[in-house]
Amino acid sequence: MTIAETLDKTLIADLYRQMQLIRVFEERCNVEYQRQNIKGFLHLYVGEEAVAVGAISALREDDYVITSYRDHGHALARGMEPNVVMAELFGKATGSSGGKGGSMHLFDVSRGFMGGHAIVAGQLPLAVGLALAAKIRKEDKVVMCFFGDGAVAEGEFHESLNFASLWKLPVVFLLENNLYGMGTQVERARAGGRDIFTAAEAYSIPALQINGQDVLEVREAAVEAVQKVRSGEGPAFVEAMTYRFRGHSVADPQAYRERDEVDEWRSQNDPINNFRNAILAQEIIEETEFEGIDKQVTEVVDEAVRFAEESPEPSIDSLFDNIYAE
Amino acid sequence: MPEIITREAIRLGLQEALESDDRVFLMGEDIGAYQGSYAVTKGFLEQYGDERVRDCPIAESGIIGAATGAAMAGMRPIVEMMTINFMLLGIDQVVNHAAKLSYMSNGQIQVPLVIRAVTGGGGRLAATHSQNFEGWFASVPGVKVAVPSDPYDALGLLRTAIADPNPVIFAEHSMLYGRRGEVPEEPYVVPFGEAIVRREGADVTLATYGRMVYTSLEAAETLSTRGIEAEVIDLRTLNPLDTDTVVQSVRKTNRVLVVEENWRTGAFSAEIASAVHEEAFDDLDGPVGRVNGFDVPAPYNAKLEDASIPTAERIIEELERLYNP
Repeated sequence: MTIAETLDKTLIADLYRQMQLIRVFEERCNVEYQRQNIKGFLHLYVGEEAVAVGAISALREDDYVITSYRDHGHALARGMEPNVVMAELFGKATGSSGGKGGSMHLFDVSRGFMGGHAIVAGQLPLAVGLALAAKIRKEDKVVMCFFGDGAVAEGEFHESLNFASLWKLPVVFLLENNLYGMGTQVERARAGGRDIFTAAEAYSIPALQINGQDVLEVREAAVEAVQKVRSGEGPAFVEAMTYRFRGHSVADPQAYRERDEVDEWRSQNDPINNFRNAILAQEIIEETEFEGIDKQVTEVVDEAVRFAEESPEPSIDSLFDNIYAE
Repeated sequence: MPEIITREAIRLGLQEALESDDRVFLMGEDIGAYQGSYAVTKGFLEQYGDERVRDCPIAESGIIGAATGAAMAGMRPIVEMMTINFMLLGIDQVVNHAAKLSYMSNGQIQVPLVIRAVTGGGGRLAATHSQNFEGWFASVPGVKVAVPSDPYDALGLLRTAIADPNPVIFAEHSMLYGRRGEVPEEPYVVPFGEAIVRREGADVTLATYGRMVYTSLEAAETLSTRGIEAEVIDLRTLNPLDTDTVVQSVRKTNRVLVVEENWRTGAFSAEIASAVHEEAFDDLDGPVGRVNGFDVPAPYNAKLEDASIPTAERIIEELERLYNP
């Protein structure tokens, strides 16, 4: 089956555009970090773009997305304005949290993007609760919960899978297995080795492992998982095998992995290049159109940086705002 | 006014909320089929069904996190923590999640969550089951902490807690469930951040909360026989904290002891003592005293446990030590 038979051209172009937007956005974040416009911890999503883009493309507008601290990709794939995200990274008043959240804590409730949570596995119980609310209200919403392989050793992972399965809650657990929990190779952290999806079977949750570098494979798995979960059958578990091309954070010297390993992933498993080449080979979209998308995406990111730079700092008066809801 | 016990007052508050607001539901360990470890939710499962009275697996972090998630989506979950000691297994969800979401999202998210947690010693439950962590939580911005000492406050503060759009730790002292008091049938609330004078007196202020209100009142009665009239202030909430009422009292009495069941080191009593020093230094006849539980893990033996918790005698001794050298 060719790509054209499964998806229309507009969607293919959009999947490409979103992945490229994330790539260009993240690479620019790296530059802005070196310029000290972005401070604190910065965890880039470079190399993993197909997971967020493919998976989130399977959702409805009223569904929920929740993720960890490596959250820029999910935020952009969910439709958050690049201007507002970049402004938040710059700590500006125009940022999604008025400069109070930063890179690890992006939120856009209007788009069902429920954060950006920076304690490993902390978002999993929250996903369970969002799903519980949907179930109690008899809404047919789905919660897509992203987390990394590092979260799997946490108790909250196990507690959350148990809750979701026990109560048949509409959660898609979407594991981004990028092979390292910070600098610890997954084999060195998990009994049972690198393939984690089998853990879900212990909680009677149907699970599968997919190639997270292939946006269409991710999308297909997500569509199926979302459909099943929305029908009320309980949670689903998808393990997307992926790789981060950059360090855990920009402060990471990457002493724990070989340069050759990173180069091999970059040259052979780049989700954006591979997708583009496959589409070109099938003559669905022409080179010039890709170039047009690339140009447009770069302009969007340029504009985001300009917006962030020109935006005001938050006023000191805002320091005490929203500690408590009124 | 009818007299009821504290357990009944809390039951009334929960029932009222379940009946008036379909966003309210209960989560906890053994709150349903078992009828609640302290029988607060007895009969609720039958009355409201298992969708709204949710027996949970023993997974405190999962429970508090799931309740927080449901609150993020606009529900009003009320969690029962069988004991506040178990909250250590879920403290990350309180401190790093529920407490932070409003601020980190710049007000996009609200967490209208009540966590009822059974606190305190005196039950011969030994070191792991007799602690008072309400003071810890009170130091976290984004969390509110209520510490009712009688049925009137239990119902009035619970109403306020459930209506509040923020996470509230509602600390119920296990030894106070059976305490009796008048509760009006007419609707009322007890607002947060308003301490109450339980006993008036001109000679010394005893600032306290929870079970120690009664220990302090007992000390006050003994002192009265010696011609010393103590004013006993029940703080009712630790966050927000009403220091004004304490300071006003100290301006009159010029002497103050803060009485708290918790360990002394790093105790919340120090926060209150510090506030009094700052605000009423010139009115003080001596140092602000603190009577806290001793810095020991709660022992099982009754004689030992009683010796670890503040008593009326210790309050009087400390008063004599500080003010009558």
